[in-house]
Amino acid sequence: MNGSATSVLAAPSVVDSRLSRQRVHQRLGVEGLLIRLLITLFAVWLGAFLVLPLLQVLLRSLQSKTGEFVGLANYVAYFATPAISRALGNSLYVSIVSMVVTVGLALVYAYALVRTTMPGRGILRTLAMLPIFAPSLMQALAFIYIFGNNGIFTRLTGINIRLYGSTGIIMSEVFYAFPHVLIVLITAFSLADARLYEAAQALGASSRRIFFTVTLPSIRYGLISAAFVAFTLAITDFGAPKVVGGDYDVLATDIYNKVIGQQDFGMGATISVLLLIPAVLAFIIDRIVQRRQVAQVTASSTPLGPKRHGRVTQAVFFAYCLLIVGFILSVYGVVLVGAFAKNWPYDFSFTLKHFDFYSMGGYKVLWNSLQMATITALIGTILVFCSAYLVEKTKVWAQGRSVVYLLSIMPLAIPGTVLGLAYIFSFNDPRSPINFLYGTMGILVLSTIVHYYTVPYLTATTALKQIDPEFEAIGASLDAPFYRTFWRVTVPMALPAIISIAMYFFLNAMVTISAAVFLFVPGKELAALAVMLLDDSGESAQAMAMSSLIISIGLGARVVFYLLTRGIERRSQAWTRR
Amino acid sequence: MNSNRKLVAMMLCLALIAIVVACAPAPTTAPTAAAPKPTEAPKPTAPPAAAKQTLVVYTAKEPDEIKDYLEIAKKELPDLELEVLRLSTGDLTARLLAEKNNPRADVIWGTAATSMIIFENQGMLEPYAPKGVESILPTFKSPKSPPTWVGVDAYETAFCFNTDVAKKQNLPKPTSWADLTKPVYKGQIVMPNPASSGTGYMFVSSVLQGLGKDKGWAFLDELDKNMAQYTKSGSKPCKLAGTGEFAVGISFGFVGLGLKKGGAPLELIWPTEGAGFEVEANALVKGTKKVDAAKKFLDWAIGDSAMKAYAKYFAIMAKGGFPPPEGYPTDIAAKLFKMDHQWSSDNRDAVLKEWTTRYSAKAEK
Repeated sequence: MNGSATSVLAAPSVVDSRLSRQRVHQRLGVEGLLIRLLITLFAVWLGAFLVLPLLQVLLRSLQSKTGEFVGLANYVAYFATPAISRALGNSLYVSIVSMVVTVGLALVYAYALVRTTMPGRGILRTLAMLPIFAPSLMQALAFIYIFGNNGIFTRLTGINIRLYGSTGIIMSEVFYAFPHVLIVLITAFSLADARLYEAAQALGASSRRIFFTVTLPSIRYGLISAAFVAFTLAITDFGAPKVVGGDYDVLATDIYNKVIGQQDFGMGATISVLLLIPAVLAFIIDRIVQRRQVAQVTASSTPLGPKRHGRVTQAVFFAYCLLIVGFILSVYGVVLVGAFAKNWPYDFSFTLKHFDFYSMGGYKVLWNSLQMATITALIGTILVFCSAYLVEKTKVWAQGRSVVYLLSIMPLAIPGTVLGLAYIFSFNDPRSPINFLYGTMGILVLSTIVHYYTVPYLTATTALKQIDPEFEAIGASLDAPFYRTFWRVTVPMALPAIISIAMYFFLNAMVTISAAVFLFVPGKELAALAVMLLDDSGESAQAMAMSSLIISIGLGARVVFYLLTRGIERRSQAWTRR
Repeated sequence: MNSNRKLVAMMLCLALIAIVVACAPAPTTAPTAAAPKPTEAPKPTAPPAAAKQTLVVYTAKEPDEIKDYLEIAKKELPDLELEVLRLSTGDLTARLLAEKNNPRADVIWGTAATSMIIFENQGMLEPYAPKGVESILPTFKSPKSPPTWVGVDAYETAFCFNTDVAKKQNLPKPTSWADLTKPVYKGQIVMPNPASSGTGYMFVSSVLQGLGKDKGWAFLDELDKNMAQYTKSGSKPCKLAGTGEFAVGISFGFVGLGLKKGGAPLELIWPTEGAGFEVEANALVKGTKKVDAAKKFLDWAIGDSAMKAYAKYFAIMAKGGFPPPEGYPTDIAAKLFKMDHQWSSDNRDAVLKEWTTRYSAKAEK
């Protein structure tokens, strides 16, 4: 939208073109300033609540307990104590194994959903998403009831899989990451170019050969992305290792132990930095790969639809999916039974007593969570969408916009526990100008928005890219300021994306614990935190009852958002249909 | 275009309503900074009494007890709004020490005397003699006058033993500390981490006092070989034994009796060498701005109705005249180990450091 193009468009509509040109230039000048100001504001807020707190962590890792600068002494101490530094290797081990297993399982599942014509694909896809609605420690609790020393599976079969330790952590991480990885792989399979398959078949390639020479290469970027998602979720997760870790140390829980258990902030910061390294490395690799992917699908590609496979193949895929969904459902079933059974595993008679949550002050924690999640969804969505709009749709100040872009995708690489610790450092200091936020709901909202910033930001960017830039040009030519175009054209057109962003914030705010565990104060406990606290005091039945309520709220919200989307799509998305 | 705008407006309204709805029905929550002013919410028809004063209470008492006590407190202290933070003894102690220069708690309630002595040495407690303090037995309160901390009750080590698991796996019943180191219990015992749990520290301290340092640590080394997990909370080992996840939980007496009553196949064992015990005490935090309200709470916390409520859970009370809870042996006093609480407090840092270097690998995350 440079000046000359706009004035050419604007000129014929006004009688005195000279006067109008002057006015448009003035308007653009003011608008340009306004946009610069807004971009600066976004850069400052991300700088203040993301970069500065992280720098504090780095700084604290170089300080002694009493605050003197000690250089790398903490790191030396860390690696000199093998009992502690073992956690680094452990973390990498469970994350890599979980990554391989999750991607392997989800690859077959996604293939079956996208490429075969087996029955029930819609419902199989929906059910596979269930783990998204639960806090990550829930499945670990359920696994204890199933595979623990006195679990149902163990008692029925007499086989003890030795759940506590790496086995339990890996199982929980796979369960937890499966839907996230599945989404990525479904997208990857859907983007394939049918022409390649036709060519391969015409050349007489066997189906195995086609799989290795066409299918796998065509989804390689998706695979790398999926691996990144699985690895990051596993290495940063805090819930599962806490519940079934046993004597198996990992970094994410070590930070918590050092800080909350022993109040050793220096060592906590040191471990945080060590946890940041693999997470950031994985992130950088993923970004580099993503940049290459752009040219893969071209305008002349033909989309590949599902294809009928041989009867036996189809049946095998179907059975495989049923097995996985069956497993997911039985984990949820165990949670429900655990929540309502009087005295697991000795007395299965029905009771509501585990729903009384006396130690948590009753249902207050659920209200806190609902309140926190709603505010997070509201503010988070506005922030994310406006900043994505400024970066994507305005044309002034390219450097400023790329800074905001970079800051917006960074949170994906930051583990929640590290962010939580970083916030203690920046908020709990009485000298800090934002100290007043410490111990309020505000800090929980803030940390949750920042922690989950990237995915909604990328969603908004994608949605905005699909809207023709001509709208801005036309708006300007009609003498409308950018904010009016934004409000009247962009927002309505992007409403489905906006709603899914709000949904994402809401669901994650309901189940997050990793950052919140450092930041809650009495009276501000959240429901997902309560699950952890209840498990800590050995109240597994109440922990399951609370989990089942969190899941119900998530599913309820999902239905509400679904209805909203449908109603809105009918009205505002008419433009997508011809 | 017009309908779109309406739609957007409608959405915003919906979102606002959601917030108001989310905030309104939580009368016990103090208004938060992020939430809108709760003026939209209908005012309850409660008497227009003076605004309730909020008191921040830190406690290491068990969640199920707290519920009972708070119901009484609500009735008897109507003008106090109690914000209770419950953490395990070790975590609470670490937190209070960390907040030393910027204390957030107004009073400490039902927390190990061992920790209270540490707080006292750090100058974190304001001496105060609550109403009726003269009736508290001398061994249960700080020797200073006015006392810095005042005890109300004590809990004691007990082993929770799952008879169902024992039958299936052919495990004998352990009756003493020494029994627990037998190889037959390998992977079958859970105990609380002394760094986070008062119950855990009480057990470790009694062992070190009873056997002396060298033999004591040698015993703990042997015990570690059998240990499946060190849990964060003191009651969890007994609860894990209750569900049959592990056969033996080193815990405290009352939690086991409660689970047994609820139908868990547990047997309670007070070790023959003597069951360690720990006094739970209350204190006023130095520097609190709510001195009057805090004193009112401390008076209540050793008053008759509160003591009667504690006595439903505790066999060992700071005042005479309360019958022990159902299921307790009548000679419980004879089963106790003669604890030296001053020793427990003076050696806490060193013992925990040693313990952490030796065994922290198995500590629950």
